[in-house]
Amino acid sequence: MSAYTPDEMMTIAASRALWNGCVCFVGIGLPSAACNLARLSHAPDIVLIYESGTIGTRPDVLPLSIGDGELAETAACVVPLPEIFTYYLQSGRIDVGFLGAAQIDRFGNLNSTVIGPYEKPKTRLPGAGGAPEIGAHAKETFVVLKATPRSFVPRLDFCTTPGYLGGHGERARTTARGGGPRLVITDVGVLRPSPESQELTLTALYEGGTVEAARAAIGWPLAVAENLEQIAPPTDTELATLRALNARTRAAHSQPVRLPF
Amino acid sequence: MSKLLSLKEAIAQHVQDGQMLALEGFTHLIPFAAGHELIRQGRRELHLVRMTPDLVYDQLIGMGCARALTFSWGGNPGVGSLYRLRDAVEKGWPRPLELHEHSHAGMAAAYTAGASRMPFGLLRGYIGTDLPGVNPDIRSVTCPYTGEALATVPALNPDVTILHAQRADRQGNVSLTGIVGAQREAALAARKLIVTVEEVVDALPPAMNAVVLPHWVVTAVAHVPGGAYPSYAHGHYARDNAFYQRWDDIARERDTFRAWMEKHVLATADHAAFLASLVEKAA
Repeated sequence: MSAYTPDEMMTIAASRALWNGCVCFVGIGLPSAACNLARLSHAPDIVLIYESGTIGTRPDVLPLSIGDGELAETAACVVPLPEIFTYYLQSGRIDVGFLGAAQIDRFGNLNSTVIGPYEKPKTRLPGAGGAPEIGAHAKETFVVLKATPRSFVPRLDFCTTPGYLGGHGERARTTARGGGPRLVITDVGVLRPSPESQELTLTALYEGGTVEAARAAIGWPLAVAENLEQIAPPTDTELATLRALNARTRAAHSQPVRLPF
Repeated sequence: MSKLLSLKEAIAQHVQDGQMLALEGFTHLIPFAAGHELIRQGRRELHLVRMTPDLVYDQLIGMGCARALTFSWGGNPGVGSLYRLRDAVEKGWPRPLELHEHSHAGMAAAYTAGASRMPFGLLRGYIGTDLPGVNPDIRSVTCPYTGEALATVPALNPDVTILHAQRADRQGNVSLTGIVGAQREAALAARKLIVTVEEVVDALPPAMNAVVLPHWVVTAVAHVPGGAYPSYAHGHYARDNAFYQRWDDIARERDTFRAWMEKHVLATADHAAFLASLVEKAA
């Protein structure tokens, strides 16, 4: 087994959560890498949807933006953007919404809007994009995010995307159609909501990972499952596939663009 | 009267200070040439509308053209921040920017309502988010059939929508293909529609189901090859992802941003000269 980085392990763990045939609404960045790794390894028939309207896309390199031409050229079809959000997402046709964020709280609510007060932000983040409705209406949501006390916080500065809200069944009392964040993949382990309170609980560690290291990276007193699972290290095939994808992507994104005139 | 104008004429005749303006294009077909021409002509007090502000609005905001922004995702896709947008929101430079913030689904509903000349758009959205708390335009109605509370957003009806498309014919019919975002809705929601195109053709044979904007909804067409660069025009040229990555360094500081805008936008007469100025730099 070759050496691997925590980022690689996290991306590979995220890819394993997706199954063949799954219809997945893909966020840009880490989610996009994990989803395409799944497609190139164990889930060749996964249906990847990007909010730009590309359905069933099979890019050879990871897109830099959510709407690179590569996504359209390799898609089964491209639909206007309002359709993606109405006919496909709000209607409940998405199995998994795969998101990132800047902050997450213990009930899986996400912030991608501001750090600090909204009216006078310390850091203005990009904002919501498709996330609020993906988080509401995908049958389940997976979140991938590096764990630090600054990102896993007791209280969000702003709630952009609903997780389990205040927990204890609060989400189930809203009109959100989807099941919420069933899986949070970090570089220190995997968190899942507890069945009763929906509080995110550490349920799995990576090879060599410890509960202490996970607790140090999470900004609230982290609940830990009684029987912690051990996540298998990357296989040679997974690592080789991910690295080849990243290498192709780097080469493609640095290609000079020639205008045809 | 011909709808075919130069971009300079189209902006001069149809865009005024203080108007609500939507330059749409979801990553693809972003009308950069038109954005630059607005900057060259010194338009001010604009209320800019775009789902994803992208570099084109980073430039307009950083040059002081905008007083307000309606948007749903304001980053440099896959790269990080729009530093000029952030500077305006965080520090009020070069002037404060009023935000009207939505989700993508909310913006799509608002454009669709605008195109239909309905007063508001409807969605099962914004559930559990803090967005309605900071944007009083996000409200709700009770469904008369089921009693469910549904989110509403006021219709967006820009004074002018500006698009970039692959082609138009001499009559002013416009066709665009590939990722078409919410351009059809933004176009039909507007009071005036300006379109820049890669090519003007005698006959327009659009692909089946391409988005076609008939000449009688189009106010003006300007022939601007490369008008979406550094965004892209499918079938003509690719997105310059390396430029989007370089923008991170250009726009991070006020003085490097100003110097770049002065050299490549203010000091160039038109889009052809803008593109030539970038080639010189590479040589």
